[in-house]
Amino acid sequence: MLRRVLIANRGEIAARIAATCQRLGIETVLAASDPDLDSLPARLAGRTVRLGPAPPAASYLDVDAVVAAAMAAGADAVHPGYGFLAENPRLARACEAAGLVFIGPPPAQLELAGDKLAARSLAAAAGLPVLPGGEVSDPGQAVALARRIGWPVLIKAAGGGGGRGMRPAHSPGELAAAAAQAAAEARAAFGDPRIYLERFASPARHVEVQLLGDGKRVIHIGDRDCSLQRRYQKVAEEAPAPGLEPGLRAALREAAVSFGTRLGYRGLGTVEFLVLTGARTSTSTSTSDSDSDSAFYNSAFYFLEMNARIQVEHPVTEAVSGLDLVAEQIAVAEGRPLRLTQADVVLTGHAIECRINAEDWQQDLRPSPGTITRAVFPAGPGVRVDTGVQAGSAVPPSYDSLLAKLIVHGADRAQAVSRLRHALDSCEITGVATNLPMHARLVRDPAFVSGGVATGFLTRFLATSRGDEPGDGRAGDGRAGDGRAGMAAAGG
Amino acid sequence: MTLSNEDVQDILALLDALPFDELTLETSRFTLTLRRAGDGVWAQETQVRASSPVPASPVPASPVPASPAPASSLPAGPVREVRAPLLGTFYRAPQPGAAPFVEVGSQVGPDTVVAIIETMKLMNPVYAGTAGTVSDICLDDGQFAAQDAVLMRVSGPAGSA
Repeated sequence: MLRRVLIANRGEIAARIAATCQRLGIETVLAASDPDLDSLPARLAGRTVRLGPAPPAASYLDVDAVVAAAMAAGADAVHPGYGFLAENPRLARACEAAGLVFIGPPPAQLELAGDKLAARSLAAAAGLPVLPGGEVSDPGQAVALARRIGWPVLIKAAGGGGGRGMRPAHSPGELAAAAAQAAAEARAAFGDPRIYLERFASPARHVEVQLLGDGKRVIHIGDRDCSLQRRYQKVAEEAPAPGLEPGLRAALREAAVSFGTRLGYRGLGTVEFLVLTGARTSTSTSTSDSDSDSAFYNSAFYFLEMNARIQVEHPVTEAVSGLDLVAEQIAVAEGRPLRLTQADVVLTGHAIECRINAEDWQQDLRPSPGTITRAVFPAGPGVRVDTGVQAGSAVPPSYDSLLAKLIVHGADRAQAVSRLRHALDSCEITGVATNLPMHARLVRDPAFVSGGVATGFLTRFLATSRGDEPGDGRAGDGRAGDGRAGMAAAGG
Repeated sequence: MTLSNEDVQDILALLDALPFDELTLETSRFTLTLRRAGDGVWAQETQVRASSPVPASPVPASPVPASPAPASSLPAGPVREVRAPLLGTFYRAPQPGAAPFVEVGSQVGPDTVVAIIETMKLMNPVYAGTAGTVSDICLDDGQFAAQDAVLMRVSGPAGSA
């Protein structure tokens, strides 16, 4: 039994973890950086200890500081949340060495999931379809492989993941240059220069399956659709993934469980897949495409990666399953066997989550730090808000822009969408700019209302609803793979 | 003990049956205001109070150089300031360890990227906005910049780049 948990995170997830701990009678100590010492999570936690100054590298990303804070606070466990050190094997090992329970998978499983090439090999060994591709060590080899698997391709860093260290290439010239740059960037950002290529599948949806394992048995808790993304960052998610053919849904869930079982997974985790949209039509009508295309389209879905943590979007799964995933995560970390069998997992209705970010809708969703002067959130049946802010809260520039998550649950998708509209309409945040106006338009967009959009949808939606050019704008150019960016609470 | 989402739902279940449109609940730990917003949805505002004085940080917050001391500029025509488009961390190079975008003496044009401001994980390029010669770089790499803080000065006749 855990007595006292150190929460080594900030924002809404810190408040979320504290809520479950309090319900379970576990004391909470929040480890906070200087600007977060009087945050809402600090007020909600039993106690707050100082972790370090504002820059994440000196606080939330400092393994030694987190372990020292846990020891000083007399905690017997550390919950890392998502982002920051959540999937860092060094923290898991340091906890072990200090006699602390790390609320997450064992270090070796974090290492495997973090090595995207190793995870890809394990997926193939477990019988999951993986995208045509493989590791490449120089630009020449990359071009040769791309010619074999077909264009376009995506170059990925083995140490990346979650959209970081990724770049597309459509031609040999583009690829040769991009491969060299990607390797250099991967070395600087992840300390691992290995890169690999995969066939770039488009249009496709991003569907993931929630797993829970105790090291012996692995079950799934349904699927989620996370295709509403911009710059590879999700802005809204739902459960279940709308409109999937029952056979395909079952195959995805089975594939995820096979992967988790093969790994002997212990903890909460997610297997991400790419689900091709219109794949079947492409095969039957394809005349100009090479053999690699027909081989490529022989599966309706492909393994992408595994995330060995609790995810930002976990509340939609909680809404449809009625489970408290943090409580299950803690139970497994305490060394208990799973309390559920697959048959105990009953999924009901439909849930949608909107990420409310401090981003200026008028200015290409540019981050908007500052101080919140007013925060009004909806409440009512089927409505949940997870937040780390209230009136008076500072929104520091050093961290992720996520302010709150609005989660609605309905008997079906139509009811969930209708609830979401009303709920969004009663949200009001002043003091910083937010993406609330974007969500308000999005939930009225016909394509969103019908459901099942592909990953390219949001960028097009933003371009047309603001009347500017499609594309990502210039913010972020040139430093996409930089370790300074993307290390904070990106989650996913 | 603070208010959970379930507590709010319980309060709402009671309130739904009553003719009131607004409820304010005040305790020593929090204030909760609920207002009927229609269609079964309520608007809630909560204010959780600090339970105890927050431990003072042993490290003083680093001062924000909103307007650094005027620097010695090269004696070449009018001086223009390059300001931070938003607050964040000032970086002089595109990557850790890479060469800086510009040095004092570099020629720049309006579209030259002279620095990056990182705000909430996003890297925002800073453009010179004017042509001339960089005469002064006011912040160190990795230092915090307030919105509108002067990052650099550019001197020389516009259009000389």
